[in-house]
Amino acid sequence: MERIIPEEDYEIIRKELGREPNLVEQGCFLNLWSEHCAYRSSSKLLKTLPTQGERVVVGPGEDAAVIRLENDICLVIGMESHNHPSYVDPYSGAATGVGGIVRDILCMGARPIALMDPLYFGNIDNPKNLYLFEHVVAGISDYGNCIGVPVVRGECFFDESYSGNPLVNVVCIGIVKEEKIISSKGRRAGDYVVLIGSTTGRDGLGGASFASRDLSSTPDEDRPSVQIGDPYTEKLIIEATLEAMDRGIVEACKDLGAAGLAGASSEMAAGGGLGIRIFADAVPLREKGLTTYEILLAESQERMIIEVRPENVEEIAEIARKYDIAFGVVGVLTQEKKFVVEHNGEVVVDLPMDLLVGGAPPYDRKARKRTTYTLPSVSTEVSDYRNIILKILSSPNVAFKDWVFRQYDHEVQIRTYVKPGEDCGVLLDPMCEHMIALSCGCNPRHVALNPYEGTKLSIIENSSNLAVVGAEPICIVNCLNFGNPEDEEVYWDFRESVRGLGDGAREIGVPVVGGNVSFYNESEEFGTEVLPTPSIGMVGILPKMRVPSMYLSEGESIVLVGATYDEMLGSEFYECCGVLSESNAPKFRREYVESIKKVREVVRQGIVSSAHDLSIGGLAVGICKMALKCGAEVRIEHDSATLNTLLFSETYGRFVLGVEEEFVDEVLSKTGGQVIGKAGGKRIKINDILLDLSDVQTALSSLTKTMIGDEK
Amino acid sequence: MGCPAEIIWYKDVGSLRMCDAVVIPGGFSYGDYLRAGAIAARTPVMDVVRDMAEDGVPILGICNGFQVLTESLLLEGALMINEYPKFICKWCTLRVEENESPFTSKFDVGELIRIPIAHKEGRYYHTKEGLERLNASNLIALRYVDENGEPNASANPNGSVENIAGILNESKNVMGLMPHPERACNSLLGSEDGRRMIEGIIEFIKK
Repeated sequence: MERIIPEEDYEIIRKELGREPNLVEQGCFLNLWSEHCAYRSSSKLLKTLPTQGERVVVGPGEDAAVIRLENDICLVIGMESHNHPSYVDPYSGAATGVGGIVRDILCMGARPIALMDPLYFGNIDNPKNLYLFEHVVAGISDYGNCIGVPVVRGECFFDESYSGNPLVNVVCIGIVKEEKIISSKGRRAGDYVVLIGSTTGRDGLGGASFASRDLSSTPDEDRPSVQIGDPYTEKLIIEATLEAMDRGIVEACKDLGAAGLAGASSEMAAGGGLGIRIFADAVPLREKGLTTYEILLAESQERMIIEVRPENVEEIAEIARKYDIAFGVVGVLTQEKKFVVEHNGEVVVDLPMDLLVGGAPPYDRKARKRTTYTLPSVSTEVSDYRNIILKILSSPNVAFKDWVFRQYDHEVQIRTYVKPGEDCGVLLDPMCEHMIALSCGCNPRHVALNPYEGTKLSIIENSSNLAVVGAEPICIVNCLNFGNPEDEEVYWDFRESVRGLGDGAREIGVPVVGGNVSFYNESEEFGTEVLPTPSIGMVGILPKMRVPSMYLSEGESIVLVGATYDEMLGSEFYECCGVLSESNAPKFRREYVESIKKVREVVRQGIVSSAHDLSIGGLAVGICKMALKCGAEVRIEHDSATLNTLLFSETYGRFVLGVEEEFVDEVLSKTGGQVIGKAGGKRIKINDILLDLSDVQTALSSLTKTMIGDEK
Repeated sequence: MGCPAEIIWYKDVGSLRMCDAVVIPGGFSYGDYLRAGAIAARTPVMDVVRDMAEDGVPILGICNGFQVLTESLLLEGALMINEYPKFICKWCTLRVEENESPFTSKFDVGELIRIPIAHKEGRYYHTKEGLERLNASNLIALRYVDENGEPNASANPNGSVENIAGILNESKNVMGLMPHPERACNSLLGSEDGRRMIEGIIEFIKK
């Protein structure tokens, strides 16, 4: 018998079955036991994360998590990566990433209402990276816009380490009433499993196993592994599925993602402690002559399976006809816990369910502390602060990302209160008493310096983003993007990062309710391996109120909250200017959690007019962005040794607030902040450094200029 | 807004005839495959819309609805891919150019309003003669302008000829516009200017 699975796995399976697995069965194992599906390198560590909380209605383990927003209104949230497909085919890879996470939210019974897209690219002065950047954004734009789900927030980070292997992460949220929540776990033997949506073709064959190894240097050969998106069919599926759910005929629902029909159907059955008999002949096909292997494992997009009672099969068929989507009764749930597939009158697959789903033994990965961080080369002393600030402002990591988010319909569904470009997105839903705030991202450079601290700090950064609009975090999701876990240093990064994620979540008392792990993010073509990138998605809630803008208005006092420490390593300043002196990597301090609380409270009280949290680029960048519309005059006390630190250090837990005169004393006493200046004057003056607003605007528009040329 | 409204399924041609006004909303009919609005314009439901338009029923096409109306030849001109050929979502300032239609009656001529756009195929195009006719008959309803009300190149988000954002048919009962008035109905979300367009339609049909 030909073998397509690793030797050790083959032996385990052969022993358990008491016979040789045939090729189709091996294909099922190859995909379901892959790193992507079975979390074999990560599951032990992920178990350490705090996942419980009083708001958690459905925790990790389903297609998406469910969190109580208020009364019977719940938020459904999930986060996924689509890194490997986006390398091979950036447009389709990114597009289908959106499609997949949207179906994850849908199958819990919720209408998807918003997306966030944290993206990481190599430097775009390289043409390949520029191509990847442009086409990933186009893929998200075309797909998300067509299905009518707004991208309301994102992150876009550039670093050499992502050359040739960009990271494409996506968060989706939906809203559902508690009594309408649907599970992905099969409910009873004898119910039918129907497949609706697109027909099944050969696209995306073996994507799960593809995402679980390093990409070859000849990506074109992998093209059949990448799925092609059809957003119109996705839109039809959304409406058809919601209609079926509304009629109360959906017993369980699951989207077809990694490992295709084999994956979704076996996981649905196993989730309910059941088995399933698949009728492969009933799967609607795109072309004749697909083999059992292809029917089971193709990752054709825009497909869902739904468990229905036998008496409701006709009703669901009628809904499929209404929306002109394919339909087939592809299986029946069974009491006997087996995964059986019939095709052309023969039983082709006959496997014990417990072995196929959940039977993959976790890997015992070794970790070795990373010691290889080297400092970038030393540059000269700083003399011309004005030019340095402009240089940092025009770095693609700092500059405005409007070229990206203007391509996303961020207004559709009409909930978007705080638009992209500010610290977080805020949604106003007429059904809810509260507003929903969304933040995402991390600073991979800080994580690389110290994966434990850096990941913990990404929790702080996202909480800070929420605090400036007065939102309190209620849940965390994540995508853990790393290199090859077989490399002991990479695995150490991963282990430390998971530890930091858990501890960070515990510090702010918020559960980690979902996410995924993506390994093998490296490019042979560029000889790169991604920085450890634990991208975070965070949701918060706030009362309905007018929230502060990021932009200062004339006459406001400028208040700085939080102390600045000498933490220049990994800063944008060092990245742009080279290392000037010994310094430290940013570190977690409990005072940040306190500052976040205090800022949230004064914002909610309505005594803050504008607010921004400091992150990449430090205070200088923060002031320039906030003062873009009216100017500001700021004075910071320093001795000459610390001016660099005060301007550019990226210490976390710091905020700049714009406060009307009458509230200044109250804000100072409640936050422990200090007044550092006043807004207005149509130019920016920081001590003796003078900047014209037009120069700042030009610098901040650098990314747009790179992409478009003349700005519109 | 005190007026019953229903979503009509596009295969449900019969119940459309009972309506006093029709809004063809934005979105991606048939995924915008082939060309935005091209397939939808050739569906049976549009024959009914065409009849209703002839009967003087107010028909408003928003974004994809505008594309459907030009593809159906209910409105003149065409909507092409934006000058910078990517999707664009942003808030725009518009100048109201006429106020003698059901859709614009609640505005003053020359008034500046704020309504967002979101499209990839929104670059309005018409021939020189066509434009002369539209201008002469006062059928250009909205133009993209800067904050001073000037329809210049910097205020033109998509390369539309003469900064045109919305137009009317000859009898002024059919209007198409690329901006989304329904997204400008709540000041917290950006503006309430779009409400008045809908108020105008309601007032017209109640007369």
